[in-house]
Amino acid sequence: MTIAALKSLPTDRQSLEAAMAQALYQEGNFLRKPVSILDRVGDTPLLKVCNLSTEWGVSPAVEVYAKAEWFNPGGSVKDRAALSIIEEAERRGWLTKDKILIDSTSGNTGIAYGWIAASKGYRVTLVMPENVSEERKKTLRAYGVELIFTSPFEGSDGAIKRVREIVAAEPERYCYANQYDNPANWQAHFLGTGPEIWSQTQGTLTHFLAGIGTSGTLMGTARFLRCMDPEIEIIGVQPEDELSVIEGLKHLESSIVPGIYEDSLLDRTLFVGSAEAYEMTRALSIREGWFVGFSAGAAMHAALSLARSLEEGVIVTVLPDGGAKYLSLID
Amino acid sequence: MATIFVPTPLRRLTGGQSKVTIEADTVREVLEKLEASYPGVKERLLDDDGEIKRFINVFVDGEEIRSLQGEATVVGVKSEVSIIPAMAGG
Repeated sequence: MTIAALKSLPTDRQSLEAAMAQALYQEGNFLRKPVSILDRVGDTPLLKVCNLSTEWGVSPAVEVYAKAEWFNPGGSVKDRAALSIIEEAERRGWLTKDKILIDSTSGNTGIAYGWIAASKGYRVTLVMPENVSEERKKTLRAYGVELIFTSPFEGSDGAIKRVREIVAAEPERYCYANQYDNPANWQAHFLGTGPEIWSQTQGTLTHFLAGIGTSGTLMGTARFLRCMDPEIEIIGVQPEDELSVIEGLKHLESSIVPGIYEDSLLDRTLFVGSAEAYEMTRALSIREGWFVGFSAGAAMHAALSLARSLEEGVIVTVLPDGGAKYLSLID
Repeated sequence: MATIFVPTPLRRLTGGQSKVTIEADTVREVLEKLEASYPGVKERLLDDDGEIKRFINVFVDGEEIRSLQGEATVVGVKSEVSIIPAMAGG
């Protein structure tokens, strides 16, 4: 601003505010139009890990980044897959207003189906193990979802088996979303997460890691990144054994392997214990200001372990959700 | 004898059995005897400090043992002990 322009500014507060408002408006800051909540799925920020990289002794030539998926409207990465699955089912005519969208879920996908279906006017029934946290159950009921519970001893695999029985008994009543076997799941990441990461790192990333739940995030993102640069190393993150349970992640050797999972897309797998995931989840809150869920802690533990072993590189991982749904599990 | 309900991931170690019966006075003793019969169980259930892993809940007659006396929680002859891990994937 020039001295002449400064001198011409009004001196009383009311006129000054009016002049500022006009200037802001003319710069286009108020020209954003209202959007549908569905338009806010994806395009999440890529955050740089700062304090923890230093504490872990990571080389200054190694950068670690995290996709902050809790910025999605439903609070998790699962908004991407659920929206893709629902819109694909609409396009193909499988999902209509007289059908009930049904799937098995341990939480986040259910919440994503809940709000997206509410927004589009569909009914949803979800099958889940009875020991899902109260926060999850209440959140789902808030979206008007009908819940069917299965034995806690059978875990998420028990819920998968039950939903298959329900659909087989009344196929005309339901649209079975089947997140574990539905290509629309990984395609959401091929079309969204992958290009976003490529663009946000300006194509410089050398390693991509993601936890495996349905494996959709890892499969879709890896497929896109491989097309752009076959040298990028793709790494899956799993719990270290069948009872190192980290909510949201699967130990594939002891579980029903998702139909969309393709082992050949991975260069390797890193295994994380539940205690390590818990400690890293706390550290992300306290040291970075990121209040995230336990699967995010597991992914970041793997990312920083990898980072420490490298001399240079750009590592990207995905932090699937925020911490609020896990408050009852935190000391 | 107390009845121990085994979650799916542990059934690889119990020969596929979803419940087993054990004579024991406390949860600690249940874990010891499970390990003796089905080696590997304890390693899966306990962390390096010998505590039950954070995301595994053990219930005696419907009460989570962390709200009782932990591993010292008394197990009766007709008690039902349930081992329940947290949710996995999706």
